[in-house]
Amino acid sequence: MTIVTVVKQVPEAEARVRVVDGALDLAGVTFVLDGMDEYGVEQALRLREAGTASEVVVLGYGPRETERALRTALAMGADRAVLVVGDAFDDPLTVALALVEAVREAAAEMVFVGGKHADWDSAALGPALAEALGWPHVDWTTALRVEDGRFEAEHEIDDGSETLRGSLPVVITTQQGLAEPRYPTLPNIMKANRKPLEERSVEPRPKRSSARSYAALERQRRRVVIEGDARSAADELVRRLRDEAKVL
Amino acid sequence: MILIVVEHAAGEPRRSALELVSVGRSLAQASGAPLAALVLAGAGTGGTGGALGAEAVAERMASFVPDVHVVEHEVLEPPRAETMTRALAHAATTLGASVLLLPASRLGLSCGPRVALRLGGSLLEDVTSVAFEDGAVVATRPAFLARVSVTVVAEAEPVVVSVELGAPPRASPLGGAGGVHRLEVPFEARDERLQSLSRRALAKERVALDEAEVVVCGGRGLGSAEAFERHVLRLAERLGAGVGATRAVVDVGWRSYAEQIGQTGTTVAPRLFVALGVSGAVQHVSGMNRSGVIVAVNTDADAPIFRISDYCVVGDVNEVVPALDEALAGIG
Ligand SMILES: Cc1cc2nc3c(=O)[nH]c(=O)nc-3n(C[C@H](O)[C@H](O)[C@H](O)COP(=O)(O)OP(=O)(O)OC[C@H]3O[C@@H](n4cnc5c(N)ncnc54)[C@H](O)[C@@H]3O)c2cc1C
Repeated sequence: MTIVTVVKQVPEAEARVRVVDGALDLAGVTFVLDGMDEYGVEQALRLREAGTASEVVVLGYGPRETERALRTALAMGADRAVLVVGDAFDDPLTVALALVEAVREAAAEMVFVGGKHADWDSAALGPALAEALGWPHVDWTTALRVEDGRFEAEHEIDDGSETLRGSLPVVITTQQGLAEPRYPTLPNIMKANRKPLEERSVEPRPKRSSARSYAALERQRRRVVIEGDARSAADELVRRLRDEAKVL
Repeated sequence: MILIVVEHAAGEPRRSALELVSVGRSLAQASGAPLAALVLAGAGTGGTGGALGAEAVAERMASFVPDVHVVEHEVLEPPRAETMTRALAHAATTLGASVLLLPASRLGLSCGPRVALRLGGSLLEDVTSVAFEDGAVVATRPAFLARVSVTVVAEAEPVVVSVELGAPPRASPLGGAGGVHRLEVPFEARDERLQSLSRRALAKERVALDEAEVVVCGGRGLGSAEAFERHVLRLAERLGAGVGATRAVVDVGWRSYAEQIGQTGTTVAPRLFVALGVSGAVQHVSGMNRSGVIVAVNTDADAPIFRISDYCVVGDVNEVVPALDEALAGIG
């Protein structure tokens, strides 16, 4: 069985994302493989190591620079990479439609997608890709077992969790807990540079939605520093919460 | 038509339904389009969406909107994105919905992209506000781990919008009662590709967490599960607050995942948020940075959490929290 694991490249968590005159300013920001996508790469590798999967294909969408994220996944152990070249911030429906052909060509029976991407803060790509493929999907997956073309998954639902059993093919979206990602070792990083990475383009499609403007989300905070012994600090805090912030 | 999707449990609409009504009313008013609600339920299963439940939910919703449409079918229980998508797409087409409003619950987030794709429309996901501007549907939502907010314009109809839980105010009922209508959806046989083996409810805390007006959240700085209970639970009780935790605390097993706040946990925006021994990692902050007033207690004056706090108490939780508890008791 071939597994496709979809990856996106997103700004590093610690990076400062700035807004200048209503536009996004990402100058100097380092982009990395999305942390939620890493869980999918790791789970796919474990299935290959267990003999359940024969090949792990990492499938990226974005500008050419997305090669970095793909190389990270290759260094973790994926066999080969495919990059569908597109705009970094295309909406998830557009991205899903652009990825369908590559998934079909790989003859994948299982596709992993990050549960919530750290660029659009969106959980839509997994369900959208499943819809575009005509497959079912399991979202927020925390545990997975695969055997003889069938799988059993634990996933989160509103107010609880659920155990699902199903047959392949399926799209699985990741949640923390699925599989703690490994760190690429130096020899594997070297090897990753020689693994095949195929680039392809798709017909541009009309956008489903577009970003018009951005604003900094950070609120102005008072940032009052309260130091000193615990008792007077506590008294000052309570006084300020009551009289100044009026939340008590 | 502006069509609201009603989530419900035990014969009652969930809070999200009343929030969607207030969003739906303002969209309907701005566009002149009629407003209606859609209730999906499993037939006679007695579960979350049993037949009795559907009636009761529809009756209740009819005091909020002029028309309520009910789809009942056994394949809708337990709820799954695949079957719900079929019902939602059919209803949206039959009723001529130009805007479909869903709650940004796990289920809503799971259905939204499918419905939008199936109808050839657009998706505005997990939005904090939405409005008509020059005939276009425009929404605001957080992006980049809630570091910025982005204004997004829908470019295709119908527009499927999932609305962040707790973001809009709850609507109040109208005077009269609206009409309740049955809607038949041609379902295929039950989809056997996915079978639900079991469903387990989480401890109630989580529900309280996203509805709480005050949240007290503990991090690794507490040092132990016992200290978490001693300090975080005590302060939460004093303030009538919901209890939150960081992932570091959940990973070591001091608290259950239901309490985790952040990118992979719950998003909260209470009036007052108190962070005890929390460093303020971006993935955590994205789940709480829209809180009204933020208080942090941390021994490290340079902790990142202080950069987004209104009150930065530099000190040891073991000393500050008992003192705080006493001071709060003092003001009753
Ligand atoms: C893909 C991904 C998703 C993630 N999702 C989430 C998420 O949803 N939620 C989340 O929380 N994290 C998430 N994380 C993890 C996040 O990056 C941080 O590791 C985590 O939030 C740190 O938790 P913490 O603040 O409790 O611990 P630490 O970072 O260890 O901070 C402990 C703090 O306590 C202070 N302290 C120590 N002793 C005391 C004392 N006696 N009194 C007062 N203060 C003290 C320290 O100065 C320090 O600032 C995610 C990470 C990844 C990669």
